[in-house]
Amino acid sequence: MLTVIVFLPLLVAVVLAGVPRCSDTVARWIWVGAATVELALVGVVWAGYETPPPGQLAFAERAAWIPGVGSSYHLGVDGLSLPLMAMTAVVFLACAVYALRERHRPRVQASLFLFLQSVCLGVFAAADLILFFVFFDLSIVGMYAVIAGWGHGDRARSALKFFLYTFLGSLALLTGFIGLYAAADPHTFDMPTLTAENPLAGRPLAGPVVLAAILIGLAVKTPTVPFHTWLPPAHTDAPAVGSAVLAGVLLKLGTYGFVRIAAPMLPQAWRGWAWVIVAVGVVSVLYGALVALAQTNLKRMIAYTSINHMGYVVLAVGAAGLVSVDTVEPRAVAVTGAVTQMVSHGLITSALFLLAGVLYERAGSYDLHAYGGLAAPAPIFAALFAVGAFASLGLPAFSGFIAEFQVFAGSIATAPVTAVALLGILVTAALFLRAGQALLTGPTTGCAKGFGDLRATELWSVAPLLVLSLLIGVLPRPLLDLVEPAARTVVDLLGR
Amino acid sequence: MTTPGTAALWAVVGLPATAGAVLVVTRPRDRVAVRVALAVAATAVLLSVLVAVARPTVAVPFLAGADFVLTVDGLAALVLPTVLVVTLLVLVAAVGEALTPAARFHGLMLLFAAAAALTVTAGTLPTLLFAWELMGAASYALIGFWWWDEARVAAGCTAFVTTRAADLGLYLAAGAALAGGAGLALVDLAASSTGWRHVLAAGVLVAALGKAAQLPFSFWLSRAMAGPSPVSALLHSAAMVAMGGYLLLRTQPLLAATGWAPWVAMWVGAGTALLLGAVALTQPDLKQLLAASTCAQLGFVVLAAGAGAVAGGAAHLVAHAAVKSLLFLAAGAWLAALGTKQLAGLAGVTRRWSLVGWSATVALLALAGIAPLSLWATKDAILAAVREESPALYAVGLAAAALSAAYAGKVLVVIWRRVPADQQGAVDAYRDQEETGTGRIPLAGWLPLLVLAVAAAGAGLLALPPTGAVVAHAVGQPGGYHPVPIPELAASALIALAALVVVARWRVPAPRWARRWLGLRQAASALVTRPTLVAGAAAARFDDRVLDRGVAQAARATALLARRAARFDQRGVDRMVEVAAAGLRRLGHLARRPQTGQLHQYYLQAVVVLVVGAVVLVVLG
Repeated sequence: MLTVIVFLPLLVAVVLAGVPRCSDTVARWIWVGAATVELALVGVVWAGYETPPPGQLAFAERAAWIPGVGSSYHLGVDGLSLPLMAMTAVVFLACAVYALRERHRPRVQASLFLFLQSVCLGVFAAADLILFFVFFDLSIVGMYAVIAGWGHGDRARSALKFFLYTFLGSLALLTGFIGLYAAADPHTFDMPTLTAENPLAGRPLAGPVVLAAILIGLAVKTPTVPFHTWLPPAHTDAPAVGSAVLAGVLLKLGTYGFVRIAAPMLPQAWRGWAWVIVAVGVVSVLYGALVALAQTNLKRMIAYTSINHMGYVVLAVGAAGLVSVDTVEPRAVAVTGAVTQMVSHGLITSALFLLAGVLYERAGSYDLHAYGGLAAPAPIFAALFAVGAFASLGLPAFSGFIAEFQVFAGSIATAPVTAVALLGILVTAALFLRAGQALLTGPTTGCAKGFGDLRATELWSVAPLLVLSLLIGVLPRPLLDLVEPAARTVVDLLGR
Repeated sequence: MTTPGTAALWAVVGLPATAGAVLVVTRPRDRVAVRVALAVAATAVLLSVLVAVARPTVAVPFLAGADFVLTVDGLAALVLPTVLVVTLLVLVAAVGEALTPAARFHGLMLLFAAAAALTVTAGTLPTLLFAWELMGAASYALIGFWWWDEARVAAGCTAFVTTRAADLGLYLAAGAALAGGAGLALVDLAASSTGWRHVLAAGVLVAALGKAAQLPFSFWLSRAMAGPSPVSALLHSAAMVAMGGYLLLRTQPLLAATGWAPWVAMWVGAGTALLLGAVALTQPDLKQLLAASTCAQLGFVVLAAGAGAVAGGAAHLVAHAAVKSLLFLAAGAWLAALGTKQLAGLAGVTRRWSLVGWSATVALLALAGIAPLSLWATKDAILAAVREESPALYAVGLAAAALSAAYAGKVLVVIWRRVPADQQGAVDAYRDQEETGTGRIPLAGWLPLLVLAVAAAGAGLLALPPTGAVVAHAVGQPGGYHPVPIPELAASALIALAALVVVARWRVPAPRWARRWLGLRQAASALVTRPTLVAGAAAARFDDRVLDRGVAQAARATALLARRAARFDQRGVDRMVEVAAAGLRRLGHLARRPQTGQLHQYYLQAVVVLVVGAVVLVVLG
């Protein structure tokens, strides 16, 4: 089942790329169809999912692949990966719908995005480090092509920067993986085995070094301060759907690595590094928010809020490593919040980037001050932007609140000093209100004059993302029932 | 298990929320929207009475360790119907103001009412925070209702960001409650472990003071007056600001358990009542005066929470809700009719619309603390408890009460003034200054005021025997009900009368510091907003010029290194290879030389080789 989910988009991508006679319209609709089928398949997995025993994965599939180095084709899901797979399927479907009006080489674009969807789902489903790494790296290649091929502005440079920076990060990651492999006895890349074995236990020198390599690799991808400077230009010059996938899904590959690989496989080292991770999280939260506050380019602003939002995740997983006996429950709450935040950020930020794409498509500018009073010519755009902004600033009734409340409650209960990160949600509130005010309110001026309101494809790609965020915000149990046991497992593994 | 009570409790929140959302999203025509909103608000009132009697509790799983709990205790049973009745009356009055599009206005008001109802009934911290911040967002949307006027939206932004700054206290409290081990239910907070209890109390206190527009947060309420008057009539009288006071009354056992929190509450409350009373006295704008008065009156509620006078505080909250929503509605009606809310432009306004004028007069007399109207009795119920705690605070409270009488008297004097014919021109000059007046107050505009006037007059019964005892029992007043001693009641009534007479006879001084709201907004701007913006700009510059450039420079250094390596490769390694190759080539040339093709030379070479070989053999052998 997982194999089908992971490789179906790739198959469709190959067919699309290989059949040049296929018309643009057909290609666009094939993409939408494939993304819909994917979402349905993930839904089937979700419906049939039962929490596996700790240390095991549901829907596991395993086949020999490279036995010489102890690597196998091993897929599986649990409460950490399944919500992210579902979010990935949703975001890609939204992008497919949004791109129904794409005029620039839609067939190739559809094929490329289906390829990207395959590798992203592959990362989340992988239960083998080599497999994980292959998918992880291919995602960089795919996104490079998206930015370079469909971007605007200084796209070649931004794409190159993105590629080189994240590729370098992935090399650090590979080094760490090899460290894990070498320490395991017998040598293996199998993730559940490595997690159970805890290969670097009692290695006070090797453990922290291997963890450092993995952390740097993941920190570049997430990104956290100070490894984040590839993100703003990549977003600014990427097409709307590219930004949506980059922020919505690709950043999660990094944060997912924290809870899937780094923390459970290197618990001692993680505990040793916990305060550093917490500090990086807090700095990312505050610094990301402050820099975002100063931006006048909407896309750069949203990019920096992503750094802020990913900071909450890093803060929570760092706090989870501050092990003491009486904080098991708060730390589990923090990790649950971190996973919820990954899903929530994926939905909300994708929606915001798609809306930013509408701005560029209509008026060719992301400059906040080039607009004014958009609420008059484009009431639906204004309403959705306002909803997205409030959702992103963590307003209750949206998923961001569920995530951030748990991140904060869990982190503060574990380490009261992390309360300083609360200022992040205040600055975020201020910056989103200021941006909304500049764009939407006041007399209609500048680029806002004659601005066409959302078209059907734009509405039907953005609105479902926000509705999902609302659903999670009001009825979080279906998601949390899935995440909580897995988060508890992570905390237990960290306590070893 | 579903009983009528539990179903009603879900509905009292769910119905306005759903209806509000549907109105905002589907945007029906004005007439439809108004009818739906009024029907829903009326139903919500009935439901609130039902749950006030049945006192149900409902809970569903929400987050780990904290259910989503709605519960109605004695305090909520008193406040919930108040909030919803005021909502209904304000929505009726808003029909008279014709705020368009009505779907958006009425929808947002219903959403707000749902959030307020949820705040009143919240049983756990996550539930409370959920409702608490939604109230803030709804208030932002309502204050900025006229979005095409950027200044109004900015006022909403100030209100939202300021109250959210205080809301961070509740996030902190949630973390403390999780660590404190007693759970996240509001009733259990006081049982939290000692260290965390202090953090909890501090968080709750800050959040409540922010929402209640107490010092130093009061300035946001001044700006919030940019919103439509019906918004102020609900949010800034009965609901949002009142919820700050309500939260402190609700968490009074937690505050009391810390030892220090009641004193902070009392001093902040008394200080706000006094200073914002002075601010109110100096405002030339009626809505600004009422806003400052709201801060001051909420100060009494905060004082009550600190002094443990839960019943008196609750009664004051209810009575103030009636008084202040009436006055905001009257101010709105006059603004709509005359186009001004400047006191100087409202001189003698009671003579033109007598029903509105008389209603406002009742409310102003109540606000002044004139016996036997409502705030006289409720305020004294609070001050009696304060007197037992601290005579100094009691004195501050009495002074604040005198100021209430003074600013209420100031408005009374203006609206009842008999304007001489030669001065009528000066008064009329204010007309239509702020908006175009309609010159009339419709039925819907004044009818709700009559209802509120009755409540404003009679709500004092909640603090007086015999009903006062019932209320005290219902809200669980610590130590039971103590009626206020008659001499205290008489003294405060006399003080109020005296203050009224003074302002009626003499001019009130209006120092600049008080007119400008103590400079609070300027201070917040200079101490918080601007430094944050500057820090943001500095961080952005650092990001571009240091971090990003560092990365770019690393890349450039790599490229430079690559070029160097390439040059070394060409000039070093490759050269050596070429030199070696050239050497070999020369050797090759040399090796070709003997191959001449001439037989005699080959013989000669063979002889030479043989001779050399023989010599070598001989020598080595």
